[in-house]
Amino acid sequence: MEVFDIFLLEAILNGLLLGGLLALLSLGLNLVFGVIDVVWICYAELIMCGMYAVYYLHVQYHWPLVLAMLAAVAIVALLGLALHQFVIRPVLRAEPINQLLVTGGVLFFLQAAATLAFGIEFKNLGVTLPSVRLGEMSFSAARLVAFGVALAGMIALYFFLSKTYLGTAIRAISQDRAIMPLMGVSPARIFGVTSALGGALAGLAACLLVLQYDVHPAIGLSFGPIVFLICVLGGLGNMLGGFIAAFVFAQFIAVGGFVFHLEWGYVLAFVFFIVVMFWRPQGILGK
Amino acid sequence: MLSLERVSAGYGDFQALFGVTLEVNAGEAVAVIGPNGAGKTTLLRVISKLVEPSAGDIRLEGRSLAPVPAHEVVAHGIAHVPENRRLFPRLSVEENLRMGAFTARKQFAERLATVYGLFPRLKERSKQFAGTLSGGEQQMCAIGRALMSGPKLLLLDEPSAGLAPVVVQSIFALVRRICAQGYTVLIVEQNIRQVLKVVSRAYLLEAGRIELSGSAQELLGSREIQKAYLGI
Repeated sequence: MEVFDIFLLEAILNGLLLGGLLALLSLGLNLVFGVIDVVWICYAELIMCGMYAVYYLHVQYHWPLVLAMLAAVAIVALLGLALHQFVIRPVLRAEPINQLLVTGGVLFFLQAAATLAFGIEFKNLGVTLPSVRLGEMSFSAARLVAFGVALAGMIALYFFLSKTYLGTAIRAISQDRAIMPLMGVSPARIFGVTSALGGALAGLAACLLVLQYDVHPAIGLSFGPIVFLICVLGGLGNMLGGFIAAFVFAQFIAVGGFVFHLEWGYVLAFVFFIVVMFWRPQGILGK
Repeated sequence: MLSLERVSAGYGDFQALFGVTLEVNAGEAVAVIGPNGAGKTTLLRVISKLVEPSAGDIRLEGRSLAPVPAHEVVAHGIAHVPENRRLFPRLSVEENLRMGAFTARKQFAERLATVYGLFPRLKERSKQFAGTLSGGEQQMCAIGRALMSGPKLLLLDEPSAGLAPVVVQSIFALVRRICAQGYTVLIVEQNIRQVLKVVSRAYLLEAGRIELSGSAQELLGSREIQKAYLGI
């Protein structure tokens, strides 16, 4: 029984680590939706681009890993900005279904482009972080790093949004878009900044994922749907809701997977999602 | 300070203003009065460029505002308190005021002190969400937010709308104080009797056209206004 308890604790702690990463993943999507009111269906594919950027800069061009990661964050931030300027902006006043379809189109475009450019094989960064032992429990250092960076990233974003003029304007524009010009704020500029920020968050997520997983053109499909479910579960556009939902979801996956079987963790998590949707279709903190 | 020359404007096929000409001099408080749907709100929205005029010219201190985009108007010295106040409900009072100073960040602390001096109530509630304020407090916050930009000209859209009668009195007292401080004010109101006690001159806008203009006294005494609006 004692051994069982310690492994249960390990599963709970692993769930916590996974939750931090999922929370970061959902953050960028929620930010963009909350401010611009457009869902980036291709969000996970932006992350894929960031993973390839880290891989090629580090493995092919021998950049130091940290530098490659910083560059990847910048590259995906630019991708986010480009996505807004060239794809979202022309359909900003179109029907929501059309906005979904264009970003869905970008999803397939990025997948196909990555297949053409990089091939279908799985690429491994070749960086193995050791596992960390804590008593009888062991944790992957990559997960610990991911958790720490994700937490730091979220705290930095929190301070940016609450303490700066630009951050306050980002929150304000999601509450009343039409009067922002009266404050001397150009909505187009705020949308651009928000998109770049959403991209940068996707880039940061990419750096953390590429430490744990091989990158391939379809990798977005393996976590994209989960990220969407978490955002919807928390209330789409509500960053705090997404944060809570990420940790709840991760516990279902980790503890459910430990008590029953790995795949059962996902089954339980999705059942939980469906039940919550019956009870609160707008999400836990949605309006 | 502000002059409108034969300004027309509308939304799509609907024309709201027909060749409106009016003038506001520096240090003056001027009202535009008229019934619901006369185009009063559109008039202010044209001045702050939220609505692009279809004809005519708007000049601020002699310079045309035609090439100025909406988000640069406030930096030119025009602050607009919109209809229904339009505070950001889930930002604190102080954050709302901060948004008002978006184009004047260096003066934020100094102007915040001025606005809190003018509205001590806002200081008490500075950390509260603006959406939790009472109607009168919200109007104070909206006016305070506009003053944060350090405007030469203040546009007020129906500051008394939707407020309890006793609060309406205090809002007009407030507007009078702001005028007395030397701000140039253009105010749009349906509450004609009250607003004419505050301003020196007024224009009567009906169905998008200026039908009458003169000093507040003249308009109060005019047969037309007495019959149609004051019920005398």
